[in-house]
Amino acid sequence: MTVKVGQAAEARPFPAASRDLLRNTQLRHNVRNATDMIRARRGQVVAETPDWEQLRDSARAIKEHVLRHLEAYLEEFETACTAAGGKVHWARDADEANRTVIDIIRSHGETEVIKVKTMTSDETRLNAALEAVGIAPIETDLADLIIQLGADKPSHIVVPALHRNRAEIRRLFMQRMQLQDLGEDAEDLADAARRYLRERFLRVRVGFSGANFAIAESGSLCVVESEGNGRMCVTLPKVLISLVGVEKIVPTFADLEVFLQLLARSATGERMNPYNSIWTGVARGDGPEEFHVVLLDNGRTGVLADAESRATLACIRCGACLNICPVYRQTGGHSYGSVYAGPIGAILTPQLQAMEHSQSLPYASTLCGACFEVCPVKIDIPEILLYLRQRIVKAGGAPLAESLGMKMAAHAFASGGRLETAQRLMRIGQKPFVNDGVIESLPGILGGWTRFRDLPEVPTESFRQWWAKRKEQESP
Amino acid sequence: MRVSLFITCYNDTLFPATGKAVVAVLERLGHQVAFNPAQTCCGQMHYNTGYQDDARRMLLHCLKVFRDAETVCVPSASCVAMMREHFPKMANAMPDRSVARDVEAFLPLVFEYCELLVDKLGTVDTGATFPHTVTLHTTCHSLRGTKIGERPAQLLGAVRGLTYLELPQVDQCCGFGGTFAIKNADVSAAMLSDKIQAILETRAEVCTAVDNSCLMHIGGALRRQRAGVRCLHLAEILASTAGEPA
Repeated sequence: MTVKVGQAAEARPFPAASRDLLRNTQLRHNVRNATDMIRARRGQVVAETPDWEQLRDSARAIKEHVLRHLEAYLEEFETACTAAGGKVHWARDADEANRTVIDIIRSHGETEVIKVKTMTSDETRLNAALEAVGIAPIETDLADLIIQLGADKPSHIVVPALHRNRAEIRRLFMQRMQLQDLGEDAEDLADAARRYLRERFLRVRVGFSGANFAIAESGSLCVVESEGNGRMCVTLPKVLISLVGVEKIVPTFADLEVFLQLLARSATGERMNPYNSIWTGVARGDGPEEFHVVLLDNGRTGVLADAESRATLACIRCGACLNICPVYRQTGGHSYGSVYAGPIGAILTPQLQAMEHSQSLPYASTLCGACFEVCPVKIDIPEILLYLRQRIVKAGGAPLAESLGMKMAAHAFASGGRLETAQRLMRIGQKPFVNDGVIESLPGILGGWTRFRDLPEVPTESFRQWWAKRKEQESP
Repeated sequence: MRVSLFITCYNDTLFPATGKAVVAVLERLGHQVAFNPAQTCCGQMHYNTGYQDDARRMLLHCLKVFRDAETVCVPSASCVAMMREHFPKMANAMPDRSVARDVEAFLPLVFEYCELLVDKLGTVDTGATFPHTVTLHTTCHSLRGTKIGERPAQLLGAVRGLTYLELPQVDQCCGFGGTFAIKNADVSAAMLSDKIQAILETRAEVCTAVDNSCLMHIGGALRRQRAGVRCLHLAEILASTAGEPA
């Protein structure tokens, strides 16, 4: 089994990737505008929900319960789904999931598939796998379509094209849909996409989706969306395949009451998602004739095994933590090198890969705590970031200069006397760099500080020295 | 009241004026300040960077230093948040059960500086005079960690001559984040540039906060840009008088 999370294993570390993206002023402008807008909307609809905190508590309790009994609920889901005429497949990793999907499509002799709302397939890199065997994936979620047409990468887990503005999308549509003319309003762009997609909705005979929730008691899947394109994908084709991470289980239909209230408000700042599709197996003469569910592990059971950080799997992919994150705000999602960006991506991506890759991500946070505050399932992301940092250091993953510096500091902090000695040494050591009471440039890792900010010099007298002198004067 | 001062490592080393200001105000209000020179650091830098084993030793040292304290004053919301959020967790993971009990006994004695003044000592007016325009940077650890809320603004409100100017986007992190400021220096600087823009918008003369760590970051950039705004820990404003201005 080899866990792959998109191309995260090959991605550049966060500091290098973000440094480059910071120069893209257009992207930064787009990200700020979009996140500001969603944040404001979220704030309004959360404020008007009197039982918001209770909903968060309930959601967390349900998720914790599910994670504790995941095996039993997955089996219950399989039994119910099979009884309703669905076929359940199990995939240990990305490659196995992709092979399963390809085999199903091939068994029908089809060469096209319409896709919607499936970040998990970005995780498995399904599109590349399909194209490699001559099957054309067609993204139908508007944002995913923008990403596909632009050969771009998603930058947000709910709004994948958040880093693009309307003018850029208009240019892209004109070019890739070969349009002579196109208006500038959102309606014009939506109209162009509609014409482009309708034809494909009616032609393609295999549909592919993800799922927001998998209901164990009935074997049903639930997809929420704003456009209705998902509804097309899960109802029009002859064959429907859904790729679902094993953590998406909720025990009962009634549990959706909690999650649908939280998800829409957290994700897009709406009271309810415009389209909530829930389906169970197959029904003669209504919707797909054949329905497959691929349940994906791809590192999830490894995360589940660790009590310290398994809450990561409670995530319902609302993206609220991305929208509120002051780090995400600066560069958007591409810096994270993963389909899962932002604070949740910083804890999920490395864990799925058993902490073997993406080790810069747990450090891509100031631990400001805003993510935890907005998380609808109360995942204490800062706490998990700290835990993952600890794992990285324990495994010897810290840079040498850092671990040496930390060792020296720990030595100095062992006693007041040692700290005083260290202060004295710093006063001597800083001499060549001090100018007019400040340090404007330092070599090595500390240069990260002085590239952007002056550093005050270590003053000639520390507080402890001042105190000692004062005591002496008081009692001669 | 007898107050034990936990100055914190970086205030001790880099910002002794903050410590002196704390002492001045407490003594002015008729309290007695004690300082145990054996004290060092709460362990936050190590803990937050992934060096929890080292942080654990600092926790033990800290408990030892303040064993006989009745009230501990810490002029840093960040260090207080570290102690409240992580000391119990670290202690619970230690085989020696007495550590968890010691932490449980220790934490109720710990007060962030504003908490001490407002909650424990019941003082809002510290007798300060500071005839300047001031904006307050709400540090993340004072906002979401210690949740000290309106206390800093209340204290500033009682200072004679002070004009308080509210900071826009006050809940936004300044981008310091401890070692983040160095490990992710570029993004940290980008976040800082948002914060500085907000500070300049207020047209305040002075930017204050309850954490010198954030202020070192913000002040370092303000100075680099020759922006003409001074950073000052809240304790120094509260100590300021007409005779001895900050």
